[in-house]
Amino acid sequence: MTSTIIWTVVILTALGLILSLALYFIARKFRVEEDPRIDEIEKTLPGANCGGCGFAGCRAFADAAVKAGNLESQNCPVGGAEVMKKVAAILGCEVAEAAPLVAVVRCNGTCEARPRINEYAGVKSCKVKSALYGGDTGCLFGCLGCGDCVAACQFGALSMDPATGLPVVDESKCTACGKCVAACPKRIIELRNKGPRGMRVFVSCVNKDKGPVARKACANACIGCGICEKTCTHGAITIADNVAYIDPAKCKLCRECEAMCPTGAIHGVNFPKELDKEGIKKRIADRKAKAAEAAKAAAAAVQPEVKKEENNG
Amino acid sequence: MAKLTFSIGGIHPADNKLSRGCKIETLPLPPKVYVSMFQHLGAMAKPVVQVGDTVKAGQMIAEPGGFISAYIHSPVSGKVTAIGPRKDLAGFNQMHIEIEVQGDEWAEGIDLSPELVTEIPEDRDFILDRIKMNGVVGLGGATFPTHVKLNPPPGKKAECLILNGAECEPYLTSDFRILLERTDEIVVGAALMQKVLGGCPCVIGIEENKPEAIAAARASVKKLAYPGIRVEVLKKRYPQGGEKQLIDAVMHRQVGSGGLPIDVGAVVQNVATSLAVYEAVQKNKPLVTNVLTITGDCLPVERQHNYLFRIGMPLSYIAEYAGGVPEGAKKLISGGPMMGKAIANLDAATVKGSSSILYLGESTVRKQESPCIRCGRCADACPMGLEPFLLKSLYAASDVAALEANAAQDCIECGCCQYSCPASIALLDNIRMAKGQVMGVIRARNAKK
Repeated sequence: MTSTIIWTVVILTALGLILSLALYFIARKFRVEEDPRIDEIEKTLPGANCGGCGFAGCRAFADAAVKAGNLESQNCPVGGAEVMKKVAAILGCEVAEAAPLVAVVRCNGTCEARPRINEYAGVKSCKVKSALYGGDTGCLFGCLGCGDCVAACQFGALSMDPATGLPVVDESKCTACGKCVAACPKRIIELRNKGPRGMRVFVSCVNKDKGPVARKACANACIGCGICEKTCTHGAITIADNVAYIDPAKCKLCRECEAMCPTGAIHGVNFPKELDKEGIKKRIADRKAKAAEAAKAAAAAVQPEVKKEENNG
Repeated sequence: MAKLTFSIGGIHPADNKLSRGCKIETLPLPPKVYVSMFQHLGAMAKPVVQVGDTVKAGQMIAEPGGFISAYIHSPVSGKVTAIGPRKDLAGFNQMHIEIEVQGDEWAEGIDLSPELVTEIPEDRDFILDRIKMNGVVGLGGATFPTHVKLNPPPGKKAECLILNGAECEPYLTSDFRILLERTDEIVVGAALMQKVLGGCPCVIGIEENKPEAIAAARASVKKLAYPGIRVEVLKKRYPQGGEKQLIDAVMHRQVGSGGLPIDVGAVVQNVATSLAVYEAVQKNKPLVTNVLTITGDCLPVERQHNYLFRIGMPLSYIAEYAGGVPEGAKKLISGGPMMGKAIANLDAATVKGSSSILYLGESTVRKQESPCIRCGRCADACPMGLEPFLLKSLYAASDVAALEANAAQDCIECGCCQYSCPASIALLDNIRMAKGQVMGVIRARNAKK
């Protein structure tokens, strides 16, 4: 009886020793050389594996970064500038600071502004709904309100506002991974520069229909009237396909376009003060009057010269 | 003789052919018509008229935009007042030609007399050319250009022409009415198509719930005495009129996954298409009219109609003419209740394939979904032998490879699964999306080859 136990222990111990030695030599022989920086970078990254960088996860990002040896075509939107600096330090290279981005919902067709023209009873999915028909409002381009973006967000930054029927972005949680942008079949959500202290101005509409059609479908629609384009002194606004777009790189946050927009499609957010519509309108009118006067004076100054030239001729 | 039917799946919804007694009436012309450039399968047609042009009824106004496409003709005489986007049935923008109606003058060379022309032209190419030039498309639902379907690729031979008079969708009676009122023309149309296909036999399949139509078709076939045409009675079962199901019922042959009917030697055409072929070939009349049923469970029987309409008439005009939308209508559908499309925009214009305006009441509104109880009724009902519950969960997991392995692309979107589901799960909505994904992958792979 005792001998059986002893023999068992001895045999198993011997077997364990032999196999561990074999494993040791096999592991040495087939060892994969891996850059220790990959592990280091992976630890530095947020570890959300969201795919916002365009890679299959944080490990794939780290692998690619080490292979490339620089960070020229890579950016972790979730970690932001801070994490990218740390990664750059590990790699020993420079990184250009990318402006932080945030998801922006470009539709302000609230329930009151955009009356429902039919009732949708199908599957609660924007993807299915958009494949079936134009939507339950007159607007072909607007938010369908089934919340595909909310389901796609793994950071809990999106929620549906039951009062407006539109998704709301929680800026403190949004990491600009871009999942919602891909999930929206109407391509309404855009990743935009967050702006200084979160202040930014954007056109909250993507309706490409002509003005009257867009207006009929939604009171808050961009009708492509071009007033904002004419008002903007920084050349930041362009109109294409009957809808305005504000280039965040050129926008100086003066909010003149927002004050002048006849439908209220231009939104300014996170500004410390409320929009002073009248004040801005007055400011624009004064500037225009001054410009007109200056033009008149210039014309008056030019005219005699022309006459002289004519006399000479 | 034994009644024919397909081998697997299928359901038996109440047929509700409420408007079966209503004779076909001709609708008066509206002030304006809107002719869509997208009323067939394939590429969009290209307008060949300009704003301000005067057109006659039957004049060609748009040419095909590709190999699979069709000519479109003006349904009325008048002036072209606009060419531009307009919302279609589903609310999407489509190119339309707007024509202001002035009088009713037809283009030259069109025979409008009612006399039956029974002589079949000798020249096969002449018949095909007439079908093509007169813009005939399949009127069974898919609106596939008929001249393409009647011209099998080299190496494939049609062994049987099947005329689809099943009309298995509940409510619809337009095919039934033309089978009753235009029987001879349909039979001549069948003979014309037989000629094009090289003289193969022809079977006219009619469901057993239309005994008058069966009798009329049998009498007409006997009277006209074309060789090789016979009438077969089909069991009442949905989707009997599905192309692959009909081939199974009549020829006892199954079309393989990803295959076409011609692979098993079959060509299926709707009876309404046969009538259009007759008019195109024998009368040189383009496809600008069709028959549409106005019916529904919340519409009083005396207000139900079968109308001969011209394409481009707004649905709202037809609905208004028939007395407006009835009270209690919860759902408006164009086409049958099983496969038709919900009308999101009643101002949309009718197209070649329009077959009905259905007013359905409270009972047809979707019920709240509950979890799958694994009863397997959807798999029993599927006429293609698929497993709808599986496809739905694979779609939820976005497993495209598994979807393809389980033949999501073979779904004919008949809706039997969703109809039979006791948990009211929107199976078809999900499978349709899955099918789109799989088809995209298959197309991309074929493009690479």
